[in-house]
Amino acid sequence: MFSASHRLHSDALSDDQNRAAFGKCNNPHGHGHNYIVQVLVGGLVAPDTGMVINMVDLDKLVQDQVLDRFDHTNLNLDPLFVNRVPTTENLCRALYELLHGKLSPGELEQVRVEETENNFFEYCGESR
Amino acid sequence: MIFLTRRATFSASHYYWNEAWSAERNVKVFGRCARRSGHGHNYTLEVTVAGEPDPVTGFVVDLKWLKAVIEEQILAAYDHRHLNMEVPEFAAGKMIPTTENIAIAAWNRLETIVNTAGGARLTAVRIYETPEIFAEYRGEL
Repeated sequence: MFSASHRLHSDALSDDQNRAAFGKCNNPHGHGHNYIVQVLVGGLVAPDTGMVINMVDLDKLVQDQVLDRFDHTNLNLDPLFVNRVPTTENLCRALYELLHGKLSPGELEQVRVEETENNFFEYCGESR
Repeated sequence: MIFLTRRATFSASHYYWNEAWSAERNVKVFGRCARRSGHGHNYTLEVTVAGEPDPVTGFVVDLKWLKAVIEEQILAAYDHRHLNMEVPEFAAGKMIPTTENIAIAAWNRLETIVNTAGGARLTAVRIYETPEIFAEYRGEL
């Protein structure tokens, strides 16, 4: 889990269009969420360890790539969101790209990001 | 492709009864659920839609719109209702309001509206009857 603020605003839209598209999420001062991230890893269970991936390694990867980068930050200020609105759709895909290819062993199957208890987003890469 | 899921809850009563069967057979198959005075649950509904985020807004769909659709199409019909008596798709023994059938019925209520709005497609409807039991429908595959 990490806690961050964001503001949904597109420079391609007028102020009125931004307010119409994003409503209260367009509040100029931003607002925040506790984001819950689920990282799904697929792979074979290694006969010597009984593991798909060592959870300590997975924790460290997520800590380094995701939590250290985003926890207690303003998402709009991250270089990833300079030209992209930090919706949870875009955040979910960004987290997938940050983790993809860095797992060993195992393959990244899916990233899920829960923005609130009432909505969550899932991304499995471009092939799905 | 991003999969977006919105949750909502509703409370409803129901019983299980197949009019084509004898009372004994209904009780044998459905057990406590066959009691004609009914019983109720707090249901949790999860509606999943899939699509590409709009390049300008970053949205697959506007969550406020999806919330309104769920409220208008599902909650207005099911919440604090007796499914067997007050909901057309289940009334008069038309369909037994099992969790499976509620998932299919909710899908049918949502499919056209979501799929013709542009931008996203309905991919799954999941209904939790209790925290331990849920049924999920993904349309006819």
